[in-house]
Amino acid sequence: MSARSLPRTDGAAPSRRSRDRTARFWLHAGLVPLALLFLAPLWLMLVFSTQPESAIFSPAPPVWFGGAFLENFRGLQADTNFLRALWNSVVISTLYTLLSMVFTSLAGFAFSKYSFPGRGLLFGLILATLTIPSFVTIIPQFILVARDLHLSNTYWAVLLPTLANTIGIFYMRQAFAAVPDDLLNAARIDGAGDLRLYAQIALPIVRPALAALAILLFLGSWNDYLWPLIVLTQKDSYTMPVALGTLVGLTRVSWGGIMVGTVMATVPFLALFLALQRQFVAGIAGGAVKD
Amino acid sequence: MTSLPARTARRPRVPVAPYLFILPYLLIFASFWAWPIVSSFLMSFRDSRLGPSAPLGLSNWSRLLSDESFRTALQNTLVILAIQVPLMLTLATALAVALNSRLLRAQGLFRFAFFAPLVVGTVAYSAVFRLLFNTDYGMVNRALTGLGLPAVDWLNQPVPAMTVIILAMTWRWTGYNAIILLAGLQGIREDVYEAASLDGATPAQQFWRITLPLLRPSLLFCLVLSVIGTLQLFTESSLITGSGPGNATLTLGTYLYQQGFQSFNFGYSSAIAYAVAALAAVFSAVQLRLFGRDG
Repeated sequence: MSARSLPRTDGAAPSRRSRDRTARFWLHAGLVPLALLFLAPLWLMLVFSTQPESAIFSPAPPVWFGGAFLENFRGLQADTNFLRALWNSVVISTLYTLLSMVFTSLAGFAFSKYSFPGRGLLFGLILATLTIPSFVTIIPQFILVARDLHLSNTYWAVLLPTLANTIGIFYMRQAFAAVPDDLLNAARIDGAGDLRLYAQIALPIVRPALAALAILLFLGSWNDYLWPLIVLTQKDSYTMPVALGTLVGLTRVSWGGIMVGTVMATVPFLALFLALQRQFVAGIAGGAVKD
Repeated sequence: MTSLPARTARRPRVPVAPYLFILPYLLIFASFWAWPIVSSFLMSFRDSRLGPSAPLGLSNWSRLLSDESFRTALQNTLVILAIQVPLMLTLATALAVALNSRLLRAQGLFRFAFFAPLVVGTVAYSAVFRLLFNTDYGMVNRALTGLGLPAVDWLNQPVPAMTVIILAMTWRWTGYNAIILLAGLQGIREDVYEAASLDGATPAQQFWRITLPLLRPSLLFCLVLSVIGTLQLFTESSLITGSGPGNATLTLGTYLYQQGFQSFNFGYSSAIAYAVAALAAVFSAVQLRLFGRDG
């Protein structure tokens, strides 16, 4: 929570307190309807996942839960092998998150804590590609992965091109800047090697930033659609968004099933986010998003 | 906040460790990013449909200029960009300031409401929005008719279809930007406001003279990422409206996908990709000029 939410001492003039009260009223009068509007699609997604098709399309639409979740799930599973798609997503997103964290934190540490020939040039090059849309690389990536490496429909096809996570490098470089140089020098004098400085001294200090990055990386991979859609062509290799996408695109749409799929893809993260949001904002604040 | 200068581990000789640390990232970066950027450019001068990639000269590029669908996609993308990005960033700024206010009760609850869409994937929310804006059964039309207003044929008419895409994107991405801006706000020191307050600055003056200027780096970051994201819009156009009715919500992203991965015309698709990149470069340069370093 920000320092601003600390209670003020009551020495302020009465006019200021009444002004605060008016401001507080209008603040909430504006935010409450907007918040409800933001929550409504999520609420309806939850409700619809538990309602039979007939209820979703009835003249009096449901706004409370029904009992058709399992029935909807069975439809979804029959249409898409959704459990298999979920499993593929779990494996890919976990591998992606772990590998990206290792790659970007190693590189971020090097860029932040070492001075070496080519550092500016390399970092500049990486920085420059951040503003290049990923569309530019998607066709050569596809040719490389599908035609040259014959990786279509494998986990590696999804993973390989996405592992070069540029934002992660910035983020980790910024996070490591907060590690005191004296600490590293002291450890070096005590005989710690470079790998130990990284793994045992610096990494534990940036753990909050690393945790925030991990959530962002996992979510990004979990929700990625276009690239998996391109390299996964067999039903059993689909990730969860690709499996869902095949249903949404159809003319005859099974909405109850789709809503079950969206709930299963979303609710675990909503819960995680609810539990972690304070640390999450703090983690972002400590990270790359400063000039 | 700039990073600390890297003076820690300076040694008399050239160190090996940093190069080894960067190597895994660099290998992926070189083979799956740097080289494809070049390769894609070369490919835009070839025709992948004629045998094993025949040279074609500039015809992919000249085709762009006369292609009706490309022009529609470009126009649609720019319209969405011009309306959605300012709308979203204004809303996100207002939200961040409100969520950071000491007057706000139940901060956690409000934060949850606005940040929750952040975790919903684009495919999932596209599905939800497609259902909510269904002409016959959608909740939105039911709410409208309930209020005595006429129902709208949201997904089958050009302007309403575009409106749905803009509303959906605003719902999904406002919280993401608000979180970045909120982090930026929390980096502004409280005593700046106290000093201004003592000097008699009104809340409005404090917002325009203190908050906004100090928030500029975060806003610029949001702006650049939003513009590049919107230029590559794909999922919403593809899944909410099917880029229809007709080509009314066709975007550069969906058109590139159609040309590249449905027609397998890699050369032309690469030319479209580079057109997107050129646009992104122009926008980034303009943004940095207008909102960047000076002042």
